[in-house]
Amino acid sequence: MTAQQVRTHAIDMSSVLRGKDNQDEQHETCIKVENLNLFYGDKQALHDITMEMPKQRVTAYIGPSGCGKSTLLRCINRMNDLVDIARIDGKILLDGENIYDKAVNVAALRRRVGMVFQKPNPFPKSIFENVAYGLRIQGVNDKRILEETVENALRGAALWDEMKDRLNDNALGISGGQQQRLVIARAIAIEPEVLLLDEPASALDPISTLKIEELINELKEKYTIVIVTHNMQQAARVSDYTAFMYMGELIEIGTTSELFTNPAKKQTEDYITGRYG
Amino acid sequence: MDNSKIGHHISEQFNKELEDIRNNVLTMGGLVEQQIELAVQAFTTGDIELAEQVIKQDNQVDSLEMAIDLECTQILALRQPTAFDLRLLLTVIKIIHEIERVGDKAERVAEMAIQLAGVESKFPHHELEHMAELVKGMLHDALDAFARMTIEEVPEITERDDNVDREYENILRQLITRMMEDPRNITRTLDVLWTVRALERIGDHACYICEHLIYMIKGEDVRHLSQSELESKLKEG
Repeated sequence: MTAQQVRTHAIDMSSVLRGKDNQDEQHETCIKVENLNLFYGDKQALHDITMEMPKQRVTAYIGPSGCGKSTLLRCINRMNDLVDIARIDGKILLDGENIYDKAVNVAALRRRVGMVFQKPNPFPKSIFENVAYGLRIQGVNDKRILEETVENALRGAALWDEMKDRLNDNALGISGGQQQRLVIARAIAIEPEVLLLDEPASALDPISTLKIEELINELKEKYTIVIVTHNMQQAARVSDYTAFMYMGELIEIGTTSELFTNPAKKQTEDYITGRYG
Repeated sequence: MDNSKIGHHISEQFNKELEDIRNNVLTMGGLVEQQIELAVQAFTTGDIELAEQVIKQDNQVDSLEMAIDLECTQILALRQPTAFDLRLLLTVIKIIHEIERVGDKAERVAEMAIQLAGVESKFPHHELEHMAELVKGMLHDALDAFARMTIEEVPEITERDDNVDREYENILRQLITRMMEDPRNITRTLDVLWTVRALERIGDHACYICEHLIYMIKGEDVRHLSQSELESKLKEG
């Protein structure tokens, strides 16, 4: 290093300070939840939730079992509509539009908001057909488009190199970690805006888990991601924002770095440090 | 001892590990306080044996520092602490470094005690003892705040550093006068100066400990702030 380089190096603090500045940046809101209440029959499962989730960022929901995090996640693509006794009031705005508006086509909404579950659920079809499924039901049958989309989706899910020579194999024959990435590939093949991940790595071994986490980090460049996880370290590793929920209420939401080093609420502190309240 | 801040984990073992770390930090602090006390005594009375004891004791301080460091590293790796627990460990790692440096300062005073023993002296004993009392008090109260995990007294402790600095300036002036009066005094006077300087630095380390404590309790980094900035930061709630 020359003396000049040393001097330039010494005063270039921007990269050092970037971490700090990042927290202050404001991102465009993708999903906005407003005064959302959800009841399963008589029992209220979500209490007056209001929060915003920024575009192309990862928001994690953490909290003890039964705190309503999965319920809240499922509200974002109206999965709770499938539960007969569920009743919802309040709004969820996706790009400013209320998804609970009567005019909203639920199938179209779910194309915009993809979802991946805890247990990988590939269809008993070939790997290729699993990924192409979304397009096929939309009526796309052009072989070239299908091949291109499948390749891009598998690349996007970091699975192409492992799967390119076995696209016609049955998807049930690949490992759990690969199946989960395949399901993510299936979700992104139809190019949604939002990806909802409900405990996506809890059934996987540590290495497959790391691959999924790495994938989440790559996917956020294109998609807004909301993840529910029991694993706090996972939330800390993959998310930009973390929301802590407890007994159906949103206790606190903030940048992940702030929430894990200096949470504002005692309940959050007790939960993330493993204390009884 | 109130352990509400470090206790109440579902894992009793984790409570115990943190409690052990706190106790070890306090043991280390106690050792160093004693080192200062004895070093200053050795200096003012010219007791070489006592000074040697202080120097020997520094090994114990160093071993404790390394042991606590290791404990912290293991907890960070194995338990992935968050929030207060994380700040506590980061703070302990910094505080023990400060305490270790204070131990080095006490050792320095003891070395000077040996060097100057038996030399007929006119250096300002009284002021030096007063300064030692001041910095000892600051260190004691800073460690006490750590033990109780409160920062209410912190501004009052750091404010006392001004008195230490004033006393230091005062002694410095006297020493310069002595050197100017008779250049033959320079070597010995410089030895006294190093001693006074070491004591002055102990006050600074006590202030650094206080700053680390504020981070531990409030999560606010208050390093490099003036006394008034620090006070207003603490008032922010």
